[in-house]
Amino acid sequence: MISAAYNFAYLDEQTKRMIRRAILKAVAIPGYQVPFASREMPMPYGWGTGGVQVTAAVLGPDDVLKVIDQGADDTTNAVAIRGFFEKTARVRTTTATAEATVIQTRHRIPEEPLTAGQILVYQVPIPEPLRFLEPRETETRKMHALTEYGLMHVKLYEDIARHGHIATTYAYPVHVAGRYVMDPSPIPKFDNPKMNDCEALQLFGAGREKRIYAIPPHTEVVSLDFEDHPFRVQEFAEPCALCGSTGVYLDEVILDDRGGRMFVCSDTDYCTSHRPSGPDDQSAAEWENAR
Amino acid sequence: MPARLIVSGVSKSFVMHLRGGVQIPVISGVSFSLDAGECVVLGGPSGIGKSSILKMVYGNYGVDSGQIIAVRPDGKMTDIASANARTIHALRRSTIGYVSQFLRAVPRVSARDVVAEPLAGQGIAREEALGRAEELLEKLNLPKALWDLPPATFSGGEQQRVNIARGFITSHPVLLLDEPTASLDAQNRQVVVDLIRDKKAAGTAMLGIFHDQDVRDAVADRIVDVARFSGRGEAAA
Amino acid sequence: MSLAPETGLDTAKGAAPAADADLPLLRVSGLSKFYGDRVGCRDVSLAVWPGEVLAIAGESGSGKTTLLNCLATRLTPTSGVVEYRMRDGSVRDLYRLSEAEQRLLMRTDWGFVHQNPIDGLRMNVSAGANVGERLMAVGARHYGKLRSEAERWLERVEIPASRIDDDPRAFSGGMRQRLQIARNLVTGPRLIFMDEPTGGLDVSVQARLLDLLRQLVADLGLAVVIVTHDLAVARLLSHRMMVMKGGEVIEEGLTDRILDDPREPYTQLLVSSILQV
Repeated sequence: MISAAYNFAYLDEQTKRMIRRAILKAVAIPGYQVPFASREMPMPYGWGTGGVQVTAAVLGPDDVLKVIDQGADDTTNAVAIRGFFEKTARVRTTTATAEATVIQTRHRIPEEPLTAGQILVYQVPIPEPLRFLEPRETETRKMHALTEYGLMHVKLYEDIARHGHIATTYAYPVHVAGRYVMDPSPIPKFDNPKMNDCEALQLFGAGREKRIYAIPPHTEVVSLDFEDHPFRVQEFAEPCALCGSTGVYLDEVILDDRGGRMFVCSDTDYCTSHRPSGPDDQSAAEWENAR
Repeated sequence: MPARLIVSGVSKSFVMHLRGGVQIPVISGVSFSLDAGECVVLGGPSGIGKSSILKMVYGNYGVDSGQIIAVRPDGKMTDIASANARTIHALRRSTIGYVSQFLRAVPRVSARDVVAEPLAGQGIAREEALGRAEELLEKLNLPKALWDLPPATFSGGEQQRVNIARGFITSHPVLLLDEPTASLDAQNRQVVVDLIRDKKAAGTAMLGIFHDQDVRDAVADRIVDVARFSGRGEAAA
Repeated sequence: MSLAPETGLDTAKGAAPAADADLPLLRVSGLSKFYGDRVGCRDVSLAVWPGEVLAIAGESGSGKTTLLNCLATRLTPTSGVVEYRMRDGSVRDLYRLSEAEQRLLMRTDWGFVHQNPIDGLRMNVSAGANVGERLMAVGARHYGKLRSEAERWLERVEIPASRIDDDPRAFSGGMRQRLQIARNLVTGPRLIFMDEPTGGLDVSVQARLLDLLRQLVADLGLAVVIVTHDLAVARLLSHRMMVMKGGEVIEEGLTDRILDDPREPYTQLLVSSILQV
């Protein structure tokens, strides 16, 4: 059911062109934050207004859209955005990573390796990685322009000085194509290696801050670190309690108020497709109940 | 012996702008020279301008007219009266030393380091400089207990001995002595006299002011009577 | 071991080779800065040689801070030339350098010590990070080495190494000022600008800081341009001084000559205003 009152994918064509120009520039200068005239969207800031505008600008009638929030296809934010594009663009939607041509995400990269032709659209709350130590936007822009990135290491230094190791676990800064330092949005640092030399196009949209940036396919993305404190991803002691996968990012789920808990895949599509005995076994039911 | 310092036709006056621009003549037409290995004493009553002459030679008073030629160790000559600040600084490092009446005490620096500092400034190794400093302090009878303390809290006589050691430690070819024995006892006065004699034997040219008749007689090769250059005298006449 | 491999900085000692000691490090000619029709400073020329401390004295409003900022590329002059002899020996017009070059110079070969340490420190990161920032900015990427270098510099400025992880907010005024100095010296700069570095401190703290500065300047062979209204500071630290009034240099020369035999009415007034203790 599409309302005739909406243009395809909600935004008018002029706006989409404006956003596409910003995206093209972002692709041309990997990691550089391109300003764009972010529009009011029918959802509050913080709910993915940047990502939605980028998705709207790249979506075509033949695309297959997947939307995830923290790895899950079925949480409120994901459902709402999926419904939004079903209604305004009448595109086919899916939960299967391999099937999707456009994936909008909040805070995760799917476990299944992305492939050529896919576009991953990130929702970004704060695009400026230097803001923590330098609140002046004029100064941070200058620092980017002059490649003055010592400050990023000051932040990591502070981490080690206070915690004994680099305690930043999400939104972990990366160096893109040897030029710009970039905030990868609040994905767990577990996902950082997936950005490197990725076959898919990665687009980042910050609606409130009016910035778009990009990592074109097969771009070098390096997580910042020290020689004697190299970058490391999180490791989990147990496999996923539902599908038994290892080497994936797990969420801790509290089962009851007596200390019961389980660790399960944060990527629901990956988990479902890797369960040995289908979705209706006992622990899955338990898991569904817990949610 | 070769000339080390030639002062010719030097005049100096102060203009006191805070007192309506009154001009106070100090001295005029000062001319004398100083040879290596010689100690020349500036004579005359106090207030006649003896200290002003020393200060002009050292560069910390300006000169109205005339020349003050210093001969550097490499034989080249510099006119202090017209030299710029950097040249005078270089001259103080290489050529002209000064033993003032009072020590400008620097907080937190030990007596030994205060004495050794001019040598360090000439690029001499710290250990050697400290050794020389200790020798001199010992000669001047400064109690060993004081060597590691900053001289700010010392008595006048102790401070002066630190200052003398600091002034005598280098081998500047020209040394200016501004009443170095003023607050010393007889024993230490004799030490200073010996130091001056050693310097003389080593060929140092010295220009000094001594109010103490005994010391003056013991060290002076010549006395230059400043009274005949006195600006005040002329003004009165 | 070099902590700054990308720039080849010699962090151990800033002493200039003897052959270069006769050439000025900084040379300024005909420098003027006007704020509209108001004069900041007018037609100032000066030169600073390696290892030399130049004091700029005068009361507030005399243009000394304007001049300092114009020398340090913090304020673009209306006219005049500021030339600097780079580490490779080439002489460059500072206002023809690119902004990137200016900023690199500022955080490697130069230092700037502000009167208020808050202006020169990052108050929300630890003392160690404050000291290490310049090294990280020029490519140091070894945490352990950064830390030992920071400890070394903290002790050099008489801050116990045990305070390395404390925020400067927890430091006294004197300690903050010493931390600011350490932060500036860590890359082995050749030229330091100081704007009333003892300005806001108690007298006893001032004396300690002055003495520390005096020692560091001598040990490291630093060239310093220091702005001060305090003639005692000029006397203790500087070799030469310039007296400014109404934006112009009215008297300059050896520090002891300016203070012992001042010529200009204004300089005589300044000198006679020093409190004798």
